[in-house]
Amino acid sequence: MMVKVYNFHGGIHPPDNKKHSTRSPIRPAPLPDRLILPLQQHIGHPATPLVAVGDCVLKGQKIAEPAGRISAAVHAPTSGRISYIGPHPIPHASGLEADTIVLDSDGKDEWITHQPISDYRQMKKSELIDFIREAGIAGLGGAGFPTDVKLHLGDDHIVNTLIINAAECEPYITADDMLLRERADQVLSGIEILAHLLQPSHILIGIEDNKAHAIRSLSDALQQTQLKTKLNIDLVVVPTKYPSGGEKQLIKLLTNVEVPSGKIPADVGIVCQNVGTAAAIHRAVHLGEPLISRIVTVTGEAVGHPQNLEVLIGTPFETLLQASEVDHNRLFRLVMGGPMMGISVENDQIPVIKTTNCIIAATYDEMPPAPPAQPCIRCGMCEQVCPAELLPQQLYWFAKGREFDKARHHNLFDCIECGACAYVCPSSIPLVQHYRFAKSEIRNEEAEQKKADHARIRFEARQARLERELAEKEQKRKERAEAAAKQQLLRQRAEDAKPAAEQSNEAELKQLKTAAAIARTKLKKARDALKNAEDKGQEGIEKMQETVKDLELKAEQAHNAWISAGGEDPAAKASPSIQQETESL
Amino acid sequence: MSLIRLSSPHVFKANTSAAVMQQVLLATLPAIFAMTLFFGWGTLIQITLAMLLALSFEAICLLLRKRSLRFFLTDGSALVTAVLLGLAIPPFAPWWVMAVGIFSAIVLAKHLYGGLGNNPFNPAMVAYALLLISFPVEMTRWTLPFVIQGDGWQVASFADTLRLIFMGMEPVWLDTLTGATPLDVLKNRGGMTTEEVWRSSAVLSQGVFAWYAVSGAYLMGGIYLLYRKIFTWHAPVAMLATLFIMASLVYGIDPYNYADPFVHLGVGATMMGAFFIATDPVSCATSNKGKIIFGIGAGLLVYIIRTWGNYPDAVAFAILLMNLAAPFIDLYTQPRSYGHARARVGIKDKG
Repeated sequence: MMVKVYNFHGGIHPPDNKKHSTRSPIRPAPLPDRLILPLQQHIGHPATPLVAVGDCVLKGQKIAEPAGRISAAVHAPTSGRISYIGPHPIPHASGLEADTIVLDSDGKDEWITHQPISDYRQMKKSELIDFIREAGIAGLGGAGFPTDVKLHLGDDHIVNTLIINAAECEPYITADDMLLRERADQVLSGIEILAHLLQPSHILIGIEDNKAHAIRSLSDALQQTQLKTKLNIDLVVVPTKYPSGGEKQLIKLLTNVEVPSGKIPADVGIVCQNVGTAAAIHRAVHLGEPLISRIVTVTGEAVGHPQNLEVLIGTPFETLLQASEVDHNRLFRLVMGGPMMGISVENDQIPVIKTTNCIIAATYDEMPPAPPAQPCIRCGMCEQVCPAELLPQQLYWFAKGREFDKARHHNLFDCIECGACAYVCPSSIPLVQHYRFAKSEIRNEEAEQKKADHARIRFEARQARLERELAEKEQKRKERAEAAAKQQLLRQRAEDAKPAAEQSNEAELKQLKTAAAIARTKLKKARDALKNAEDKGQEGIEKMQETVKDLELKAEQAHNAWISAGGEDPAAKASPSIQQETESL
Repeated sequence: MSLIRLSSPHVFKANTSAAVMQQVLLATLPAIFAMTLFFGWGTLIQITLAMLLALSFEAICLLLRKRSLRFFLTDGSALVTAVLLGLAIPPFAPWWVMAVGIFSAIVLAKHLYGGLGNNPFNPAMVAYALLLISFPVEMTRWTLPFVIQGDGWQVASFADTLRLIFMGMEPVWLDTLTGATPLDVLKNRGGMTTEEVWRSSAVLSQGVFAWYAVSGAYLMGGIYLLYRKIFTWHAPVAMLATLFIMASLVYGIDPYNYADPFVHLGVGATMMGAFFIATDPVSCATSNKGKIIFGIGAGLLVYIIRTWGNYPDAVAFAILLMNLAAPFIDLYTQPRSYGHARARVGIKDKG
């Protein structure tokens, strides 16, 4: 059954410049003395180092482990000694440095014990996915999204179509092309593992029609392995048009489904994987080799021998350029990736990372700097080629005029930065840069806004708390004042109600109190004397005992007389009176 | 080692705005040839004069605006304006008509708005409309196509034409050569039916062929530009189709009083307007959908003004009016982007 090929809007046909690098087979790159391994070679969090400077590691040994859900492990690509952990220039558009592990090769290239999986079908799927995560595999197509994340989908995602991206639409790059020519069986084996994990009902391999050799090799392998019918695989040849290898564009080409804005392909039942990634999965599962090398196209007019090399991750560009006979006098621009979306790097000490599919050593004539931009004449050529169906010239005006609301409303964030608009612009306007600027400005604004919102919420919460506290205090104060007033009133009333006779009793009460106190003192003295006599064994103790008893009786009588006359029991004073409490507050 | 670090993309199509303008200039060649063939040296002289004036005014403006002369003079945009205006005005119009026209096109309509890319109106059409309103006599003194006179080429020599344009010396043959355009004749037909006008007027019965030929030349140029993907089909096709449908409908209802659709397409500035003015990217609507609406509007307005308005031809007015509407059209004709259920309209998100 032929699978229908659909179309996506726009696209361009730049000269593909692929022939130069496909003349010779893939050969291994020389082993460099020093490998530079960035901790972040993927989308997500940088990995956490597991080694220290001075440690000796074996080839394939894990030297950094994934930090967080979206992250990828890093392995030693050869055996040697860790000589440095810290910032080093990495391939990034910013040109900034980032944390790396530098490994000095010992030249022995000594492997760890391979631990392949004998039968992955017997394994729990989650364990198999963890195995792939442990192998440090991240999308080799260029974006570098950790592969395990794409495989570990929740129950809300049912995958019915697995798309294998072999389009390789960027000019110059032939890494996937050569991989398919020489190792189609590995790719298919990887696809089998992916199919086992995702259980898609249909597998589509999308490849551009400018790779006749790879198409033949792949369809031969498909026939030999009989996977075609077993897994329902279709090899779909799509017309050569940039950017057909863009995930969203390839999905549209093969299924006519559009990934909704802001969603991921899995939301529409599709998972996309690159052929290189499939091969890497095969090597990890069947050979026990983590991702420590990849195929890199080394091309451009400044190299004498354009070719594809099997390169250890971390190899400086310099090694590859030398192996390809670079002419430094002619080298003007060094690009990692393709000419449309690749990034240019300042020097050749930058290392190959997991997403490095191509290195272009371009001469001045090959990639001259763009001429100065002329005014936009709104010719609309950009609009005709935009694969996201945007209005690039409008976005340009909005970005330039800092009208970010309008830019956003014109779907700026659906721009995939493919560069097709800038490629065709007759006024040589660096359109993609304008969009990047607008996007980052909007993101900054949003972050600021969020911060401001956060601060505002915090401020408001604090303000509310202070007010509440103040109100509570006020309330308490009022309550206390009321209680005091009440008390005052009660006392006043009690005093008012006191009979006049009682007033005259005051003096009598005082007398009684004094009498009681005197009786108590007499009793105490008698007791002390008795105690003294007892201690010393003096005579007349009995008499003294009688006196004490007598005095006890008298003291009690005096006390009772005082109490009954209205005196206050000193024992009752232990619990504070209401009056005392009010005063203390 | 330090290499140049530039943002992607790293390659560009060999394409410049100047090349676009050159293609447009190239596409006007058939029309220039046809105009010269049927209306004498006047057209060539007018175009040359227009180009010189346009470059001069452009240079003065650039100097005053402190812009690079070499960078902007070579973009060819002033020349395109000049050639289009040169083709649009009557071949024997005096030089100062052209001078006023180019001044308003380059200085008023273009540089006062911020130069290339920032003009809301098509400069050539601003100039044409301004001239038509200001100098109606000079601007309506068209010559009869030389085919009718037969000896046109003999009497209107190059020197005579130069003298006429630059020194205002009106040779004796001028009266015999000047006449109304077909649209003039149809407009001012008095009480006659369309059919009677066709029979009575030599311009229509014999001369209309020349106007058709000129239109054909513009069409050729337009198709070439379409083929070279300088512009898209949307605006011209929408404009021509609308004009054709409108004319067919009205002509179908009342063929005695209204011109047939082919006259509307074949005479006057229809073809020039559709392929060389409505396609002006700077002042047209942006999206494909917008261009279609722009074209429909222009077609409707051309028919309405021609038929019920005061002017025999209306392309300049129609397109200027649509230029005015273009920013508004743009707001409501954004394309549906990838991954969106429907197109967004207006300026801001609702809510």
